[in-house]
Amino acid sequence: MSEPLLKVENLRIELTTRDGIAPVIDNLSFQLDAGENISFVGESGCGKSMTALGIMGLLPDRIGRIASGSIVFDGEDLTQASEARLKEIRGNDISMIFQEPMTSLNPVYTVGEQIAEVLRRHQDLGTSQAWNKAIELLDAVQIPNPKARVSDYPFQMSGGQRQRVMIAIALACEPKILIADEPTTALDVTVQAQIFDLLRDLQAETGTAIMLITHDMGAVAEMSERMIVMYAGRKAEEGRVDEVIEHPRHPYTKGLISCVPHIMKTLSKERHKLTEIEGIVPSLREFGRDTCLFAARCDMVEERCRSSRPDEAAFGSTQKSACWRAKEV
Amino acid sequence: MSETTKGPEEEVVEARSPFSEAWEMFRRNHAAMAGLVVLVLIVIAAIIGPPLYAVDPFEMVWAPFSPPGVDGFILGTDYLGRDLVAALLGGARVSLIIGLAAAFVSIVIGVSVGALAGFYSGWVEEVLMRITEFFQVLPTLLFSMVIVALFGASLPMITFAIGVVSWTAVARITRAEFMRIRELEYVTASRASGAKNFKLMFSVILPNALPPIIVQSALMVGSAILFEAGLSFLGLTDPNVVSWGQVIGSNRQYILDAPYTVTIPGLAIFVTVLAISLVGDGLNDALNPKLRQR
Amino acid sequence: MAFVQKFLIRVLYAVILLTAVLVLNFSMMHLAPGDVADTISQSMGGADQEVLDQIRAEYGLDQPFLIQLGRYIGNVLQFNLGYSYFFNTPVTDLILQRLPATLLLVFTAQIMALLIGVVLGVISARRPNGLASHFVTALALFGYAAPVFWTGILLLIAFSLKIQWFPVAGMQDVTVSGGFWVHAIDIAKHLVLPAITLGSVFLALYSRLSRATMMEVLGSDYVRTAKAKGLTEREVVYKHALKNSLSPVITLAGLQFSAVISGAVLVEAVFSWPGLGTLAFQSIIARDTPTILGILFFSALVVIVGNILTDLALRLVDPRMGGK
Repeated sequence: MSEPLLKVENLRIELTTRDGIAPVIDNLSFQLDAGENISFVGESGCGKSMTALGIMGLLPDRIGRIASGSIVFDGEDLTQASEARLKEIRGNDISMIFQEPMTSLNPVYTVGEQIAEVLRRHQDLGTSQAWNKAIELLDAVQIPNPKARVSDYPFQMSGGQRQRVMIAIALACEPKILIADEPTTALDVTVQAQIFDLLRDLQAETGTAIMLITHDMGAVAEMSERMIVMYAGRKAEEGRVDEVIEHPRHPYTKGLISCVPHIMKTLSKERHKLTEIEGIVPSLREFGRDTCLFAARCDMVEERCRSSRPDEAAFGSTQKSACWRAKEV
Repeated sequence: MSETTKGPEEEVVEARSPFSEAWEMFRRNHAAMAGLVVLVLIVIAAIIGPPLYAVDPFEMVWAPFSPPGVDGFILGTDYLGRDLVAALLGGARVSLIIGLAAAFVSIVIGVSVGALAGFYSGWVEEVLMRITEFFQVLPTLLFSMVIVALFGASLPMITFAIGVVSWTAVARITRAEFMRIRELEYVTASRASGAKNFKLMFSVILPNALPPIIVQSALMVGSAILFEAGLSFLGLTDPNVVSWGQVIGSNRQYILDAPYTVTIPGLAIFVTVLAISLVGDGLNDALNPKLRQR
Repeated sequence: MAFVQKFLIRVLYAVILLTAVLVLNFSMMHLAPGDVADTISQSMGGADQEVLDQIRAEYGLDQPFLIQLGRYIGNVLQFNLGYSYFFNTPVTDLILQRLPATLLLVFTAQIMALLIGVVLGVISARRPNGLASHFVTALALFGYAAPVFWTGILLLIAFSLKIQWFPVAGMQDVTVSGGFWVHAIDIAKHLVLPAITLGSVFLALYSRLSRATMMEVLGSDYVRTAKAKGLTEREVVYKHALKNSLSPVITLAGLQFSAVISGAVLVEAVFSWPGLGTLAFQSIIARDTPTILGILFFSALVVIVGNILTDLALRLVDPRMGGK
């Protein structure tokens, strides 16, 4: 596949806040190939969820908008697509699952109905056909006794089970891309592992590309082939997971990795001490400035960083970093 | 609002007492301020009006059904030739007094029941909840009508009749607040340092439960005024005082000839209760911490 | 079957409540100065002590309180609510004569207020700065502050006296004759103004709550999920959002029944609607104890039945309620 499935170029998403307009996503470009599995990593507020919402066309109504740039999906620019076209794509070609399984399902309808309606809407299945397919899907996401549980209401299910239902809904129409926005953050650690296993299995079966959004480096290491590190609405670093973790090329990535108890390093004298990155993420007001937004927290900061936004430096064919001193990291 | 200057190094926080903060928010609410102004005007009219405009509302001063503006009577006369302005001023007094008094009775009963039911669990709570439900099921107006008819239509009795059927809303809110606050940490801390139940309830929990109770109390005054108007419309009022509802009720048969005798007193009730509910909404916005963060 | 069990418990509970209402009312009537004997003697133009004692003995008024109470409750259980001295009819008959009119008014007003309230709420939640939303805000303020009898009179003046669209008073026109539908339309014409008057107060409440709830629901996670599924705007709002916003409004409607009845008393007075309210007023003035007691009993009954119906409606709308 030479042509990427999803190509985002110079995307700029603006949010209207009390203090004015802020670019919550500032000149973001990346690609996703069919069947690929990438992660978007970063702290809360860095814009990773907004990217996903932007792709889906689900930015908050009066507050968010795509200011410029393009999102080309399968040859079609989604930023120019009509709302009707976007509705055809959602749930069908591109699906999304969210962070809070406890509240993401409608409490007054059965889980079967919530799965079936996607099938009826996009694949024109009849009522009983859709219902049966829903049962099959529940089975595919490893819900025991699917025939009985298909008539259950969400309140009769645990968090992990609800998230599986969400996955069933998302994969029902065999989308080309599944966007998973922090799917396991609200779940127990053991359930987390199950969900990730499930996602990997389903991906192998269906060939769906997965865009995982997370702040958990451990999840990234487990799930993805490539990763994109976001900071304050910008891409800080991008590359294959193994090469980024082996040798991060951005001070922020380096900081993130050392925050995690040595998941990759073997136990030796050289193992990193558990550190934190001092300071806090810049507020929305400061997004968009022509400086490196990480400068305030960076231990390698110099004059250049405060006066202009870093260009991207490439390392090998896959790794990139937006830092003036990337070579020295 | 606290003032912060740019940059984490210098954070100058101006602390304000919760009262002045609440007042600030209230002041900025134009509708609430308008309501407050109107209310103050009505109170002033009620206090100095009758002695100033020294006309007896019961006295026949002119021909009946004299329309407003004619012969020097700004609001005209009713079916007995009585001055409508005097009736309005006198009615203002009665409405405000009964409104405040009846609301007070409701609040006292409601807060007591609610506090006890919210603080204690077990049979105390059960019994009090059953009693509350019982009063909720009672048809309030009918019951008050019966009380007034049986025990006489004097101002105190009317106040009692209204207050004793209207307390359930306050009780519910108080109970919800007490139940919520009871579980908060500072209450547990107080208890751990040996505070007795009664003290806990009234010195620790109640002050923090006040905001919604205050808002509800403001609205209760409005409700009580409407209630009294209803009773006096039906004729169940103290015959020695004039009340807005009573003016409407007694002039009801003449709406074809003299609609103003009915529409004007009604307008008075409407404006008063509207002012009160605007103030109540303003209080709600000012005192409700959730909204303050917006 | 858990449902039947729960229902029976509710019914039993309702019976206990009603009994409590009876006891309270009976005690109150008993406490009050003056009794039926006085009323009768008044209508006779005065009577001396002997005659009064005779009357009292006849009506069992000289018996101890508990015995009287017991006898009364016993009678009620046999559907005998006593006899009205004032109207010269058994109370039960009296009430059953008037009850349908009040029920018609009350339920029409409630249902109308609910339906229109929910619709207005949905429309204004989708466009918070639109016309419908401003209307809801204005209505909420005015509907609450205007005394219901004043609204009724204003409507009467406007629509019955000035523009003569609707009849001025009563429930039916006695001069109209014809089949069922002719009468039905006649009653409907008479019902319009009273129902609108009574409903307006509650419409204010329900539409404001519906708007607030709907706005909250439209911002919820599951609505976001519904949008992410590519469902149409219609499906998102009317299928997913609406059902969730109904519970609080229906619950509120249930709580308002006793207020609706109070309002009905006043509205009946304004429009001379021949219901329980008018009867109540007349019997209260006349100190007609059995009738008053009967009416209080029946109104409490209507409220309780209304609550049960509300609970059933809630269970239809929200499957979580069944688990209580």
